[in-house]
Amino acid sequence: MSAVIEVEHLCKRFGDVMAVKDVTVSVEAGDIFAFLGPNGAGKSTTIKMLTTILRPSSGRMRVNGFDPVTQSYAVRRSFGIVFQDSSLDEDLTAFENMEFHAILYGVGKAERRQRIHTLLDFVELYDRRDSLVREFSGGMKRRLEIARGLLHEPKIIFLDEPTLGLDPQTRNHMWSYLQDLNARQGTTVFFTTHYMEEAERIARHIAIIDHGAIVAMGTAEELCAQTSSQSLEQAFLALTGHDIREEAGGGLERMRNLRKAWRR
Amino acid sequence: MGAIYVMWLRQLKRYGRSPARIVASLGQPLLFFVALGFGLGRVFQAAGAGNYLDFLAPGIMAMSIIFTSVFSGMDLIWDRQFGFLKETLVAPVSRVAIMFGRVLGGSTTSTLQGVLVLLLSIALGFRPEHWWGVIAAIGAGLSLAFLFAAFGLLLGTLMRDMQGYPLVMNFVVMPMFFLSGAVFPLDRVASAMRLLAMIDPLTYGVDALRRLLTGSAQFSLLTDLSVTIALSLVLLLLAARSFSRMQV
Ligand SMILES: Nc1ncnc2c1ncn2[C@@H]1O[C@H](COP(=O)(O)OP(=O)(O)OP(=O)(O)O)[C@@H](O)[C@H]1O
Ligand SMILES: [Mg+2]
Repeated sequence: MSAVIEVEHLCKRFGDVMAVKDVTVSVEAGDIFAFLGPNGAGKSTTIKMLTTILRPSSGRMRVNGFDPVTQSYAVRRSFGIVFQDSSLDEDLTAFENMEFHAILYGVGKAERRQRIHTLLDFVELYDRRDSLVREFSGGMKRRLEIARGLLHEPKIIFLDEPTLGLDPQTRNHMWSYLQDLNARQGTTVFFTTHYMEEAERIARHIAIIDHGAIVAMGTAEELCAQTSSQSLEQAFLALTGHDIREEAGGGLERMRNLRKAWRR
Repeated sequence: MGAIYVMWLRQLKRYGRSPARIVASLGQPLLFFVALGFGLGRVFQAAGAGNYLDFLAPGIMAMSIIFTSVFSGMDLIWDRQFGFLKETLVAPVSRVAIMFGRVLGGSTTSTLQGVLVLLLSIALGFRPEHWWGVIAAIGAGLSLAFLFAAFGLLLGTLMRDMQGYPLVMNFVVMPMFFLSGAVFPLDRVASAMRLLAMIDPLTYGVDALRRLLTGSAQFSLLTDLSVTIALSLVLLLLAARSFSRMQV
């Protein structure tokens, strides 16, 4: 087996903040890989660099054999992504969002209709296909986003907290779809999540990142053994500590309030 | 090809879905027609410069085209804030194609807006010289729209939020508009101002519209269109280059 994602000594600095420092990981082709870490650990930043939309401060990357910095076009042809925050056009309908994506990714016309139908059905949005995305609930938007990410059947799929805000039915449904895709086509799945039981159940390999640096790597069993824990959640807490992180990516304010509430 | 089509179609759909905005953006041209056309018309005529509405109509059409074009380009900033930008940034298609589609979409909708303003001016009493000139003027309007949509898009790639928008309007677009000879003839102004008008790209767009709609103009149609199209292409390439360097 060969590595389809290779990262060596990757660093990203935002002003004074070292969001990613000296990360080295590699993901085998056909793996299902979980990238775990507390809020603000640097997961999304790493994914953004791998997916060509953020330039690293230093380090070396290879995605499907290509360099995201200098061969961004070839890299973009290799992956699909579900971003942590919305990337839908809310002024278009669900169907149009899917169709535009399919055209951008060169999915042929006959195949396009077929796949859009299947995937919208799959996320139970087919009946709402002609509604503007603006009118969708948070979970419906998330489901559409996932359906769109799966539309063009890439070699590698990045999912940044895909199940955030989804009900358990949809979550299970989505994971079995991805596992099937992985088994059928050998699609490499690279995902982040804060649900440890999800990672434990789905991922074949796990890397844990904290404060921008990798703190542990291996299978769920290996991580548990290494920390003498019963579950991945315990192992995660043992590796990353119990305190709440200040440098939360999006929900900084929420985290602060949570913290205040706790102290009272 | 697909990318150009998709980005173009997207602008059109979004435009069609906000009829309120379409109507609202006719307010400003109407104001100009009323305030300038009826306010200054007499003075203009008394000075022996002819019918002011005839002079003004192509200028106001140009105004509406460039304002909506610049705004359409800066739409990119909303895409950045609402997240859709990321979808286009990771798409495996050429950056030039994406930018070209966007510019084409923005210029199509602002040309439609220009046509509405032309109809408005006709309703107010403006009579184009020839009907075929109207068709040609729509083509010239499209090239002008393209220029300013590319300009707006270039700005959109460089700015993080809409806060810079009034700055651009007040210090770049408005001065360009007033210097272009859209609202007063350039043959009677001081030579320094004439010089400024000559380097204002909008001057050529207004001139082309005026020639095609009324038959009178300063420059040849070839000059007008060459300046507009050449500059459009330069701006498009700059926008594509800037877009390819964008990060989130
Ligand atoms: N554009 C940016 N400008 C400045 N700092 C940033 C930027 N993006 C991320 N950061 C910082 O980089 C660090 C890592 O953020 P990142 O979004 O990668 O975290 P994450 O692991 O995805 O967290 P979460 O679980 O909350 O999504 C944080 O300290 C964050 O504040
Ligand atoms: Mg994140």
